[in-house]
Amino acid sequence: MTRASDLFDRGLNTAAAWVLALLWILPLAYAIWTAIHPAAYEARFVLTAPLTLENFAKAWEAAPFARYFLNTFILVTFILACQFFLCTLAAYAFARFEFPGRGFLFALVLLQLLVMPDILIVENYKTMRLLDLVDTIPAIALPYVASGFGIFLLRQTFMTIPRELDEAARIEGASFLGVLWRVYIPLAKPTYLAYGLVSVSHHWNNFLWPLIVTNSVETRPVTVGLSIFSAIDSGVEWSVINAATLMTSGPLLIAFLLFQRQFVQSFMRAGIK
Amino acid sequence: MLKSTLLKAVAATALSFSTWASAHAVDLQFYFPVAVGGKAADTIQELTADYVAANPEVNIDAVYAGSYQDTVAKAITASRGGNPPQLSVILSVDMYTLIDEDLIIPFDDYLTSDEDKAWVEGFYPAFMENSQTGGKTYGIPFQRSTPVLYWNKEAFKEAGLDPDVAPANWDEMVEFGKMLTKKDADGKVSQWGVRIPSSGFPYWLFQGLTTQNDVILANSEGNKTNFDDPKVVEALQFLVDLSQKHEVMAPGIIEWGATPKAFFEGQTAMMWTSTGNLTNVRNNAPFEFGVAMLPANKRRGAPTGGGNFYLFKGASEEQTQAAVDFVQWITAPEQAAKWSIATGYVAPRPATWDTETMKAYTADFAPALVARDQLEFAVAELSTYQNQRVTGVFNDALAAAITGQKTPEEALKEAQAQADAVLEEYR
Amino acid sequence: MRSLKIKRDWVHGWLLLLPAMVFLFAFTHIPAIMTFINSFYSTPRGRRSAKFIGLDNYERMMSDPVFWKVLWNNLWFAIGTIPVSIALAIVMALWVNERLAGRGFVRMAYFTPTVLPLIAVANIWLFFYTPGFGLFDQITGSLFGWSASNYLGDPATALNAIIIVTVWKEAGFFMIFYLAALQAIPVSLKEAAQIEGAGRWTIFWRITFPLLMPTTLFVCINAVINSFRLVDHIFILTDGGPDNASALLLFYIFEVAFRFWETAYGATLTVALLALLSLLAIGQFFLFDRKVHYK
Repeated sequence: MTRASDLFDRGLNTAAAWVLALLWILPLAYAIWTAIHPAAYEARFVLTAPLTLENFAKAWEAAPFARYFLNTFILVTFILACQFFLCTLAAYAFARFEFPGRGFLFALVLLQLLVMPDILIVENYKTMRLLDLVDTIPAIALPYVASGFGIFLLRQTFMTIPRELDEAARIEGASFLGVLWRVYIPLAKPTYLAYGLVSVSHHWNNFLWPLIVTNSVETRPVTVGLSIFSAIDSGVEWSVINAATLMTSGPLLIAFLLFQRQFVQSFMRAGIK
Repeated sequence: MLKSTLLKAVAATALSFSTWASAHAVDLQFYFPVAVGGKAADTIQELTADYVAANPEVNIDAVYAGSYQDTVAKAITASRGGNPPQLSVILSVDMYTLIDEDLIIPFDDYLTSDEDKAWVEGFYPAFMENSQTGGKTYGIPFQRSTPVLYWNKEAFKEAGLDPDVAPANWDEMVEFGKMLTKKDADGKVSQWGVRIPSSGFPYWLFQGLTTQNDVILANSEGNKTNFDDPKVVEALQFLVDLSQKHEVMAPGIIEWGATPKAFFEGQTAMMWTSTGNLTNVRNNAPFEFGVAMLPANKRRGAPTGGGNFYLFKGASEEQTQAAVDFVQWITAPEQAAKWSIATGYVAPRPATWDTETMKAYTADFAPALVARDQLEFAVAELSTYQNQRVTGVFNDALAAAITGQKTPEEALKEAQAQADAVLEEYR
Repeated sequence: MRSLKIKRDWVHGWLLLLPAMVFLFAFTHIPAIMTFINSFYSTPRGRRSAKFIGLDNYERMMSDPVFWKVLWNNLWFAIGTIPVSIALAIVMALWVNERLAGRGFVRMAYFTPTVLPLIAVANIWLFFYTPGFGLFDQITGSLFGWSASNYLGDPATALNAIIIVTVWKEAGFFMIFYLAALQAIPVSLKEAAQIEGAGRWTIFWRITFPLLMPTTLFVCINAVINSFRLVDHIFILTDGGPDNASALLLFYIFEVAFRFWETAYGATLTVALLALLSLLAIGQFFLFDRKVHYK
């Protein structure tokens, strides 16, 4: 292959990658444009448009976004903590213990990859009503805390850990939970990080189930708050809605920008590939 | 089984405690939705606080429950869980659903004196239409609206029309529309004549057209619809013709949410939308605009919309009495004026418009009067048993006709058949 | 001694599993079974309780034109989103994995869909699609002089408009998985192939793509599930319209159960969705089974 054609090839690829990148970032770019300009410039893209922070102030006043934000934060943390706890124990059982019914129970776990809580909204709503949990943060979280995906992923990781390490720890007198704590969990850190990021971004953005099961300011996560905020009689006000969107996804956005390299690396090491 | 018994026992204990506690003060829980931005919620909270300050023996917990959808869901859920609110503002069209779910009680038992009866008579009849059924009053109008026509005076001037005169009837609307529609040589339109949004809940604005064509969409028992009436077909044909034949409106489904923006951007010279938009248009239109009643055809007409107060089952006698008293207070002229000015909702009693506050407001902003004057011609918003489903069927039929998949007649015939199937069990 | 160890292993295994299983049963397996049972009952309403009605709900579903419409929509949605978003994800990952001018920016751009909630982004796309002053119309109008479109308001294009938003969302997300997989492929493999004179195209099809197969399986399963699960944006963009042209199965289930309050019929529709998903899963495993050895 000649140098010239190689160069041409590379140039073409770069150009195409850039075109696609510009297309992909367009929604974010538009959100920023409208958020920092007066409403009159929502559909007029002139560089001389005056800058303003008023949209952020308006959005902040119009809806209790601080509260929504707190709700989402509590929700995501609660789900992640429960998922780590439950999935770790279950994955450990599947990876390192022999017991009757293991294959069958693992199949039941995998079934959840297919039959997700998102689909069983009707029944889960009834359950929440029975438990008197409708309109609480645990009600949003509970259907997701035992994650089939999480169990599967951690089991895969735990199975790659050499048994010798396990046995060495046991000889030193560690109990079966001690082994989990001292050997398996530290070695599975990348998996936890990768899974954690997937989980956080999923639940941060989740909408349908929270929409159904919450109906007050004290429990509503950001996504539901945003949808109510934008569905008012008087038409869509993009500048204010986008300011609200940026405010509420800001932290996640910044975290992603800062940690994108570690994120991808943890994915690689976690064997999600 | 055991669980539910246990729950009931707990609920009963809690109830007896609360009745004991309320021997001194009556506690009320009151849900309300807001559909027009943030200020409305504050106004309700303020009004409630005023009432409690004047009536120390009553304690009201006003709960902002989100959108209309949220509020009805929350009220139904809470009632099923044995913890209903005593009072709630819910869409007027949900009356039959709430009756069907056996959740509400009529106001009549608590409005027995002649004075009370006269008070019920004091609301605009258009608002009472879908607040009463079977001779009983289930809803008291509170946050009510109606659609009106907004027009761009500058565009009228440019097209050689009198900027101060809106179209009075369908023919004029088409005629004006043709003059206002700006088309270049390639047939590209930069400004449409009129815009009647049809996304989400097209039935509401369409009901303007049917009323003007002198036909009512559902009976007052809420168990029979008239979707395939020739006059309804005619009205739908007119709506379709606006884009297909007369070419004064954009083709296809027109988004409700983007409509005010399209008006501000000069994409359309006239728009039909709710009075709930008055404040928005006033603040954001970069040109002079006018507000008029919807144009007439066989008659003038428009639907009403918005929410009513409902009394919920399961409250003590004292609580319900207090709730009724609160409703009477908040719909009284002074309070209603405050509410109407803050939100753009139409004050539900004629007396409100005679208050000094309201007079000062309308002197400054005359368009607010248009909605009131239109009420004389307004009818109940389409409402039946299983309301969401029946209007859903109707909306689909309208969309199918607007997008040219079915003829108006075909679409409406099918919708009527489906609605009949749903409503049969309620006859 | 050995049998004691086995017994202890049993107990430990079961105890470790217990908490997760309780939640799995409570919110996945039991609800799935209850959904199936409830699909044979009528919806309880205030004054009437639920009664057994046999296959009535299923008969209604079979004769419900909206059900068939959303089912076809959903299949079209799956066909439209899955291959395109996976292909794009691979291409994006390949680009970002190479030394590219401005790689940092490009990678960040591809990441944005993962971070922005679909429900919020839907408002932005609503503007893009708006006839007349929307971004797409402004662009096509000034570049080619096209007249105003109405992508969301026309039954012929509404679903495609939804598909585009979904592809945007999914390709960005799947790219992350492919990127991780690509970084795990040893560079030596590629270099060896280059020495033997293989072109980029050959390297991709002979080496890279086969090595990405496990990722593709994983992503594929996710994409299939998502094609039945991602309905958030429909609420904002079209609300299922016009005349259900852009409604999907899950959206219809939501509508039936939580707008019409017909929970029994909602359960019946859910059973249909579950049946469809199982069918697809079985098909998928057979399809991939021969090509991938997935640990």
